[in-house]
Amino acid sequence: MDLKTHYLGFDLAHPFIPGASPLCDDLDTVKRLEDAGAPALILRSLFEEQIVREQVSTFLHTETHGESFAEAMTYFPAPQSFVLGPDEYLDHLRQVKRSVSVPVIASLNGVNPGAWIDHGKLLEQAGADAIELNVYRLATDLDTDGAAVEEATLKMIRDLRAAVKLPLAVKLSPFYSAPAHFGAQCARAGASALVLFNRFYQPDVDPVALEVKRELHLSTSEELPLRLRWLAILSGRVFADLAVSGGVHTAVDGVKSIMCGASAVQVVSALLKHGPDYLRELTVSFERWLEEHEWNSVAEMRGNLGLERCPDPAVYERANYMLMLQSWKA
Amino acid sequence: MPARRMITVDGNEGVAAVAHRLSEVIAIYPITPSSSMGELSDAWSAYGKTNIWGRVPEVVEMQSEGGAAGAVHGALQAGALSTTFTASQGLLLMIPNMYKIAGELTPFVMHVAARTLATHALSIFGDHSDVMACRQTGFAMLCSGSVQEAQDMAAIAHCATLNARLPFLHFFDGFRTSHEVAKIEELSNEDLLAMVDEARILEHRARSLSPDRPEIRGTAQNPDVFFQAREAANLFHDACPGHVKDAMERFAKLTGRSYKLFDYAGHPEAERVIVLMGSGAEAVHELVDWMVARGEKVGVLKVRLFRPFATADFLHALPRTVKSLAILDRTKEPGATGEPLYQDIITALREAEENGDSPFAARPKVVGGRYGLSSKEFGPPAIKAVFDNLKADKPKNHFTVGIVDDVTHLSLAMDNDFDIEPDDVVRAVFYGLGADGTVGANKNSIKIIGEETPNFAQGYFVYDSKKSGASTISHLRFGPRPIRSTYLVRQAGFVACHQPEFVEKFDVLETAKPGATFLLNTPWDADKVWDTLPRELQEGLVERRMKLYVIDAVKVAGDAGLGGRINTVMQVCFFALSGVLPREQAIEEIKHAIEKTYSKRGAEIVKRNFAAVDAALAHMHEVKVGDRGLTNRRRPSIVSENAPEFVKRVEAVMLAGKGDLLPVSAFPIDGTWPVGTTQWEKRNIALEIPVWDPKICIQCNYCAFVCPHAAIRTKAYPNAAAASLADDFLRVPFKSNDIPDHAYTVQVAPEDCTGCGLCVAACPAKDKTNPRHKAIDMTPQRPIRELEAKRFETFLGLPEIDRTAIKRMDVKGSQLLQPLFEFSGACTGCGETPYVKLLSQLFGDRTVVANATGCSSIYGGNLPTTPWAANKDGRGTAWANSLFEDNAEFGLGLRLALDSRKRTAEQLLKRLSPEIGEELAKALLDADMSGEAGIAEQRLRVKALRDKLKGLKTPDARALESVVDDLVKKSVWIVGGDGWAYDIGFGGLDHVLASGRNVNILVLDTEVYSNTGGQASKATPMGASAKFAEAGKDLGKKDLGLLAMTYGNAYVARVAMGGKMQQTVQAFLEAEAFDGPSLIIAYSHCIAHGYDMVHGLDQQKLACETGVWPLFRFDPRRVAAGLPPLLVDSPPRKGKVADYMRNESRFRMVERMDPERFKRFAKASEKAAAQRFSVYEQLAGLKVALPPAEPEAAPVAAGKKE
Repeated sequence: MDLKTHYLGFDLAHPFIPGASPLCDDLDTVKRLEDAGAPALILRSLFEEQIVREQVSTFLHTETHGESFAEAMTYFPAPQSFVLGPDEYLDHLRQVKRSVSVPVIASLNGVNPGAWIDHGKLLEQAGADAIELNVYRLATDLDTDGAAVEEATLKMIRDLRAAVKLPLAVKLSPFYSAPAHFGAQCARAGASALVLFNRFYQPDVDPVALEVKRELHLSTSEELPLRLRWLAILSGRVFADLAVSGGVHTAVDGVKSIMCGASAVQVVSALLKHGPDYLRELTVSFERWLEEHEWNSVAEMRGNLGLERCPDPAVYERANYMLMLQSWKA
Repeated sequence: MPARRMITVDGNEGVAAVAHRLSEVIAIYPITPSSSMGELSDAWSAYGKTNIWGRVPEVVEMQSEGGAAGAVHGALQAGALSTTFTASQGLLLMIPNMYKIAGELTPFVMHVAARTLATHALSIFGDHSDVMACRQTGFAMLCSGSVQEAQDMAAIAHCATLNARLPFLHFFDGFRTSHEVAKIEELSNEDLLAMVDEARILEHRARSLSPDRPEIRGTAQNPDVFFQAREAANLFHDACPGHVKDAMERFAKLTGRSYKLFDYAGHPEAERVIVLMGSGAEAVHELVDWMVARGEKVGVLKVRLFRPFATADFLHALPRTVKSLAILDRTKEPGATGEPLYQDIITALREAEENGDSPFAARPKVVGGRYGLSSKEFGPPAIKAVFDNLKADKPKNHFTVGIVDDVTHLSLAMDNDFDIEPDDVVRAVFYGLGADGTVGANKNSIKIIGEETPNFAQGYFVYDSKKSGASTISHLRFGPRPIRSTYLVRQAGFVACHQPEFVEKFDVLETAKPGATFLLNTPWDADKVWDTLPRELQEGLVERRMKLYVIDAVKVAGDAGLGGRINTVMQVCFFALSGVLPREQAIEEIKHAIEKTYSKRGAEIVKRNFAAVDAALAHMHEVKVGDRGLTNRRRPSIVSENAPEFVKRVEAVMLAGKGDLLPVSAFPIDGTWPVGTTQWEKRNIALEIPVWDPKICIQCNYCAFVCPHAAIRTKAYPNAAAASLADDFLRVPFKSNDIPDHAYTVQVAPEDCTGCGLCVAACPAKDKTNPRHKAIDMTPQRPIRELEAKRFETFLGLPEIDRTAIKRMDVKGSQLLQPLFEFSGACTGCGETPYVKLLSQLFGDRTVVANATGCSSIYGGNLPTTPWAANKDGRGTAWANSLFEDNAEFGLGLRLALDSRKRTAEQLLKRLSPEIGEELAKALLDADMSGEAGIAEQRLRVKALRDKLKGLKTPDARALESVVDDLVKKSVWIVGGDGWAYDIGFGGLDHVLASGRNVNILVLDTEVYSNTGGQASKATPMGASAKFAEAGKDLGKKDLGLLAMTYGNAYVARVAMGGKMQQTVQAFLEAEAFDGPSLIIAYSHCIAHGYDMVHGLDQQKLACETGVWPLFRFDPRRVAAGLPPLLVDSPPRKGKVADYMRNESRFRMVERMDPERFKRFAKASEKAAAQRFSVYEQLAGLKVALPPAEPEAAPVAAGKKE
């Protein structure tokens, strides 16, 4: 059985990749994932906003107390090796690179141009094999229109494309007015792959305490259909690889994703739930399924249920159900 | 001679750089002003910086200075080259070992930033009282007077000690030299290698204790031999000055800088000479040069080697023409015939005369004087007064200079306008806030000018006595010659005021010379600012024909994303206006300095500072002085007219920064100070203050409970009192079944609040339709200042609650009580003071506090004003600070005395009961004072007793009158931080717990030495980065509570107000009620944890939930009830310790430095928390078996043995 797939310029032994998550924070887990057959690894996002915030708040909350009182010029040691910035991430990236032989994809999450681009360069220097960009931001400003939001993101992709030589994947959110058009634009701007879709912390309301909390729940297979739709719509129509992220828990979820056009299947929640070794179970089940259903390779099934090849494209294209009677074309 | 690097450092760094490179073992303990020498040494060793032999010195932090001295003594005996750094009380703790080290003829150098010893008061500032207490230890004592000299003399001491085999105490003036930043020539490793004699090091090693060639030291000797053996070392003391001279000569050949045991400067035929040691000698040297240039025959003799005193060298250093000598001592030795240097010199001169060695043409007149205690200014006016005194036929002897002594009239009169500073020295004074970064920027400016121009540079910084809203004054000098002006700038060509409100508080033009430039940070536009200035400032600007520039630096810094850090903005303006460097070069250098300083803080910080620099000059504008007329608004008075006389006469002068002008007669004779004077100091430092919305308030009183400054208060008062209040005074009906018919108010003290926001963080009451709005919200202070101040005044006038009316003393009830600890100088958002305030509310009217030195003694007792207060009856907390190390013992002593007084009262009462009345006497003796009602009743009985005693004319009656108040229950609280309780005072604390006496110990646990700048203590948790544990502390925190529980007889509680407020109140009440020792360990968030203190309560909650800080109470009284003595108050653990750790810079720094190490710490801390919790839970299930009741013994016939 030929499970091989080609994603972001890499020939991978199979499509199931541990997605960006805390899974790769720990070197032991990284090794276990490789042992479980991970064909590539994606590190947790280097979160640009968090870096800036930490720099500023550490600066304000440590510096402002010094040089104020005669008995204490400072309140903290000033270790030479203590540097606030992406160094922690870069060091980790180097360590992961040293410990595994599969491609390591670094992930970047940023909203502002500038430091973001610099961080991309640093990731390249630190040995990343590819970069996955997670560019979504919530457009809460009443005066910023969709076109401006999209253009800002495309600029970032173009800038980063110009700054680094590495393959770039762009992880999109489903909340664009015209996701298909925007996906195509991303590919034109330099994205080698599109990842559908990112998941966010969601607000939850505590009606008693009158508070809004942020929570991130593990995904379920129920989230997959949204992704299948847009994989299918983009499959074969954009000049970029496609990957699915969010909702893949079983081998069959992976099969569906590939049939809708995915070259790579990112798995996070299932691994967090069942442990890194579950990756091996997934691939074994996946292979078995292919055998049972008499497929010869992943390549031949990829995109067979995409918009252009599926028996009934209207299922993807229409938002509402129509009676067969109403589907009559005049 | 090779060219050496010019560096810009302070005295401590200059000294430590030498000591670290010439040592193998360094034992340290933090104490102001020497702490940074230890911190630097520790940091250098942590980075792997080696000594001149290529080895990294071992640096160890000890539990006290006594411990550090013991450790270096051991290291020396085992053959290591060792050093330590200390000052003041720390030095005193080292004295026992100093005798030993000297008696054993051990080469060793200790470096002392000389500091005042605590007498009638503590002072962190500089004088020689500490080192003079060591003059009979047998140590050689070498003194330096400037930053350059301090570095040089450190090297000379390390060289001489090896050759002399005598230990050296190298000292320099605390703050004036230790903290002065100056441009000096750095000693290279080659220099230091050339200074030390390798053969002497080998000899030192050969003398070490070794089982391979065993020897015995430290024998006990008896009358037959001790004396002779003590004299056996004489030759070494005799030879020591020669070795110092050799070292100085070697040093001069290497560097070209020549020092002698006694350095003379001045006219070769001087008639009047001042002899002194330390930084003051530089100022005298400067004036001598000025006077000699004007034809005066004067000179100065700088004493370098004070011990052993080399008489011959002294005599020959002076011109033989000398007619009068003034010997100045920076110390006071009450009762002596004179201060130490004076006595030595008198002796030396007399002996020379006796021996016929006197070199002088005529016998000189000699007078002695004291100067500069506690860093008192010693500049040209004082020095000239001394020279003038020497001119007199009968010069005043045993004088003081620098103060006005209108009591014993010892002081010399000074001409305060006398000034000699040359025009080619640029002098600048900056008024800033600690938080705005002014001092840091000025240090950078000095570095830039010192290192990028041929100019010499000097910076000295004056700090506030408060920790929140602290002001700083920077004094900078730049000039073509080495700067000897070891005193504050007196005539500045440039004055900057970085905070607009300072013009309302201080005479910021005090040092401005005619034609000077004044730069003001102000929100006002250039065309409007003039009218906003107080008239005094306008007059100063006009009369001195000054130039005025303004900038809205807060806006520039704010736009750049730097908050209130306006330092770089103001720095750019300084360079642009002063012209010390070409403007473009200055900006380039500032940016370079920013990159160097902040690159480790992150690219964003550098970027934002660059943006501020680039935007600065476009926002600076000149205001033409004199274009507009003077306005009439004068600077408001420092304190209210209603303030007590002492506050107006003394404290207000100190608050205005003019305390130097107060004469001796202004002060209490024994350091005793009135309580409750912070209330008169309206600091107005909060930008935002809480405002109460009564419609939403649920009257929980959490806001008042957590307030660190007693600046938000609650009161319940009878409706009758509310009836006459103005309509705009907010109140609602008080919700309480116990206290009906009362009104309730939450009120902020707007001018005393520091704006921390903890009250809002704690407030649980939200507006349901707009939950962002709470019962209290932070609101800009300025627009509501007057209204809220008026309301606060009304609030204070309302009657205090009847303490006996509060049936449930819970969080809510406790906050209805008047705080007797208010408006302290503690940090904004301090985590300690809410506990201290609670103590004052619950027991403050009958409490004596023993307070260990540290943060709590500083915010509790650092003048000008005092936060411990009294109530309307005149009762309040009597507070005293003895020392750092002895606080538990000190508190026990207070208890013993109070108990003794009570016994005296009881004895006298019994004796006088027939006259007083048996019934009253019995009631007094048997009174139940376990509650507020009982105490109130006893006070009434005492009043009745006092009335009765008035009618009795016997001595017993008078004696009983003197102790009558002791019949009312008194509470002793022993308060201090973790540095005291876990480290330096642990032995005493342990002993007091074991004593069984009724004292209450409150440990304000910030998990570091907060007051001296965040050094690790044994309370520091595993994984936290602190000074002396930079890479994260390896060992876990000592479980002080568990240790105390093992006694079984002590009440022990661990509390965290952010964890469970009610448990905190309960612990305080139980501890105080327990008739025996009690210990409360209180989690205190602190700025040294590195996060915004507004989240302090959240972190406390997390600490409790994760098991980092399990709450418990251990009450021996529960045993008698058949219950386990330990009660765990924390619910089962939840959440991860790592999540708690990641919120604080102290842990996060470690993660950034070494993520794997952090993970190990997080894992180990998680495990430790689980284990600790489990141990407590198991202990909480343990009942202590009571011994079976013994059957009543049958009477035994005398003499019969069973």
